[in-house]
Amino acid sequence: MTGTRAEWPLYEVFVRGKRGLNHVHVGSLHAADDQMALRHARDVYTRRNEGVSIWVVRSEAITASSPDEKDPLFAPSGDKVYRHPTFYVIPDDVPHM
Amino acid sequence: MTSVVDEASLQAHFDATVARKDRIEPRDWMPDAYRRTVVRQVAQHAHSEIIGMQPEGDWIGRAPSLRRKAILLAKVQDEAGHGLYLYSATETLGVSRQQLTEMLISGAQKYSSIFNYPTLSYADVGTIGWLVDGAAICNQVPLCRTSYGPYGRAMIRICKEESFHQRQGFELLMTMMRGTDEQRAMVQESVNRFWKPALMMFGPPDADSTNTEQSMAWGIKTHTNDELRARFIEMSAPQAEALGVTLPDNELDWDEFWAVVKGAGPCNQQRIAHRKQAWDDGAWVREAATAFSEKEQA
Repeated sequence: MTGTRAEWPLYEVFVRGKRGLNHVHVGSLHAADDQMALRHARDVYTRRNEGVSIWVVRSEAITASSPDEKDPLFAPSGDKVYRHPTFYVIPDDVPHM
Repeated sequence: MTSVVDEASLQAHFDATVARKDRIEPRDWMPDAYRRTVVRQVAQHAHSEIIGMQPEGDWIGRAPSLRRKAILLAKVQDEAGHGLYLYSATETLGVSRQQLTEMLISGAQKYSSIFNYPTLSYADVGTIGWLVDGAAICNQVPLCRTSYGPYGRAMIRICKEESFHQRQGFELLMTMMRGTDEQRAMVQESVNRFWKPALMMFGPPDADSTNTEQSMAWGIKTHTNDELRARFIEMSAPQAEALGVTLPDNELDWDEFWAVVKGAGPCNQQRIAHRKQAWDDGAWVREAATAFSEKEQA
């Protein structure tokens, strides 16, 4: 269709599978506004009881890190092995550790 | 500014990611040809789901019971959902939803040739579930591990739902096979019409499939057309026996396939005309919703 307005904005959809779990990104959809995005998200992403709660957010509102895994952003955690429990040697016979 | 040297290192990084069977994600650098190939394949897949609502949708108003009608409605709604998952995946590569719909309507992008065959009897609803969705599952399960992340994730969701589609179809046919001679003949006639078009869903023979080799090197496809077709034939034989129907032979007329792909199938024009009408008729709704949203924000 030419001469129509720009298409509906893109939203990202996050669903909480059940109580006690985080909301997880499940995909995206188009909607004219936030309320419509929520209704569309229910129809598109929770047709089989996949969720108990939905978040929708305009895709343009998300700020993302660079996709490159070697990005310096993640470098500071690369050399801090002492942050992991396996860094510490404890005798096998010490219980509950 | 990307220099030639940078591009070589980006290409090497991409190749290494694909080689270790890791996923390519939307904002990663990727070769233009890879992007074009994924767009073409995922869009074709999305269009197939959307056009695929039509042949079965024709029977919603004529379903023989409320139970069958509720099932068929749910199935057709699923097809719409599958189309939407896949359109979303395609859009991550920088194509807009509107462009995709326009390319479907103009014929610039294709959909599976199977949906250009008509549904002449109610048994076709069962046969489509059993054979057409069965072939789709055979094709789609390996695609859950495809190299493009959003496509693989969409396929995982779709495969979970397709199982219902195939089982409801098989159960429908089983019910008819337990009925009258006339119903059994109706099932056999339907299977006779759909078997070969279903086999053609896997695409042309490997020797004539221009895209397969590159797609496999990129991890977009993981099996050749003929491998998947052979697997499907093998899986269908015991199912046909359980049902009590005879499957036709596996000799395929590839001239027919190419004719249907190029627009000369029994329903090509009807399918596109229907989609175009829905798109045109819906324009005022899309505009009104946008206008309402603008007014609310003003």
